[in-house]
Amino acid sequence: MQNPIWTIARKEFNTFFDSLTAYIILIAFLGFSGFFTWFFGSDIFMRKEADLAVFFSIAKWTLFFFIPAITMKMIAEEKKTGTIELLVTKAISYREIIIGKFVACVLLVITALLFTLPYYISVASLGNMDHGATLCGYLGLILMSAAYISIGLFASSITNNQIVAFLLALLIGIIFHFLLDLFAFGAGGFWGTMMANLSVTRHFDSMSRGVLDTKDVLFFGSLTILGLYFAELFISNK
Amino acid sequence: MDIKIENLSKSYGSQKAVNGISFEVNSGEIVGLLGPNGAGKTTTMKMITQFIHPDEGKIWIGGKQNNDPAIRRNVGYLPEHNPLYDEMLVPDYLDFCATLQGLDKSSIAKRTREMIKICGLDPEKHKKISELSKGYRQRVGLAQAIIHDPKILILDEPTTGLDPNQIVEIRALIKHLGKEKTVILSTHILPEVEATCDRILIINKGNLVADGTVETLRKQTTGKQILQVKIEGADSFRIMETLRNIPSIYSVDRIRDKENYFEILSNPGEFSNKNIYRHCVDNNYDLLELIPFETKLEDIFRDLTIK
Repeated sequence: MQNPIWTIARKEFNTFFDSLTAYIILIAFLGFSGFFTWFFGSDIFMRKEADLAVFFSIAKWTLFFFIPAITMKMIAEEKKTGTIELLVTKAISYREIIIGKFVACVLLVITALLFTLPYYISVASLGNMDHGATLCGYLGLILMSAAYISIGLFASSITNNQIVAFLLALLIGIIFHFLLDLFAFGAGGFWGTMMANLSVTRHFDSMSRGVLDTKDVLFFGSLTILGLYFAELFISNK
Repeated sequence: MDIKIENLSKSYGSQKAVNGISFEVNSGEIVGLLGPNGAGKTTTMKMITQFIHPDEGKIWIGGKQNNDPAIRRNVGYLPEHNPLYDEMLVPDYLDFCATLQGLDKSSIAKRTREMIKICGLDPEKHKKISELSKGYRQRVGLAQAIIHDPKILILDEPTTGLDPNQIVEIRALIKHLGKEKTVILSTHILPEVEATCDRILIINKGNLVADGTVETLRKQTTGKQILQVKIEGADSFRIMETLRNIPSIYSVDRIRDKENYFEILSNPGEFSNKNIYRHCVDNNYDLLELIPFETKLEDIFRDLTIK
């Protein structure tokens, strides 16, 4: 007997590739991050160091915008078309549905990141690369994505309108991604520290520099679980 | 497996959709849920399948309360409007549903093939669900409901959108399935209930207003015998007057646009066939026709739900 979480995840993952969603996301992600990493602005050659810091700081933003586009339909569309009724009346719990969809989204992000392996190989062959630090950066991207996916699923669970879900996910995201960091500078003191601790950017930046701290992992883990928990709460509460 | 429902209530805002309904459905019974639009049929079915939670009341399926996902393995459900994943292929979709219901890998492929055959999906099996006509969509909906061979089937308007041939086929299928399974189906097509169901529940404004076989419902609602007669031999007003003198007769009406036809209602529990015959012989009338009428299910339905 197959685990229902995996059944959902496999179905959702296949749906990404059956529709154009996956291809558009992959091409756009690789296009943006590739262009800005290799060709434009403070690109990777200016740094004179063999690392992927430029790529990480660009992927941080591209993923921030693309993840809501992946997650917006996950639950909102099921609510709109009524297929949610089919799903929840099967021998599966709300939690398994949410986690299944979460896994599918994470797998899509990991697929996108796998396509950036040539970046890693190229840079590694150009100079002396800190492999551990690079791996830590990738882990940071995956953990950050997981947190934003769970926020996106939550946004998708409270509405049956995909556009609303997309905008809401961005709105919540921008607080963690940008505003808390900004306010932390302004506020200083106790509140400044509090806000800095809740800022995704601060936690991600430290990971992308190659510092693996349990604090950061715990932060992303808690944010993810919180998002998933609220998503479950909203679809089960009718 | 039986279903027992006790004092079930659900409100949407200030509107009471289901108001303290209780009933039981025994193993192997096909029960028809009847009622006008908005009576609470769909809400009741959604509560049995755990899609919505009742405000009050309890539901037992096979003696267990239905708040455990594992119970749903015994239930096949065709929701109203039959939602489906449009972008999936028919066999993939059936495969997905079977996997979710916990079938093991070896039986999934077999059951999927069987369902395609039983539900007549063979000519359409290579298509995406979005490319199917409404009738075939309905068959896919039915196929996903029975693919895991559930002991209980909940079908919300199973024959909507089908053509007359398909309706006959699907009814026969439901009847066939109902030999071993417990079936609750909702409909507003009355002949459908007479054709397929062992028992009828009529719901109106959230309340259960009738529960029984078609025959018992007939007796309950109108105890009066209805006869249509054609009598000649005198002025029709005179015939009516004299007929009214027969003690067992409750009322006599002329049937509109039909010369010398009358509709005669007897007093509850009494029959007037003999009396009418004798009456005609005594008065030298010619009794040309005497047709007994059964109350139609439509009349029972209207009688119970219009009040």
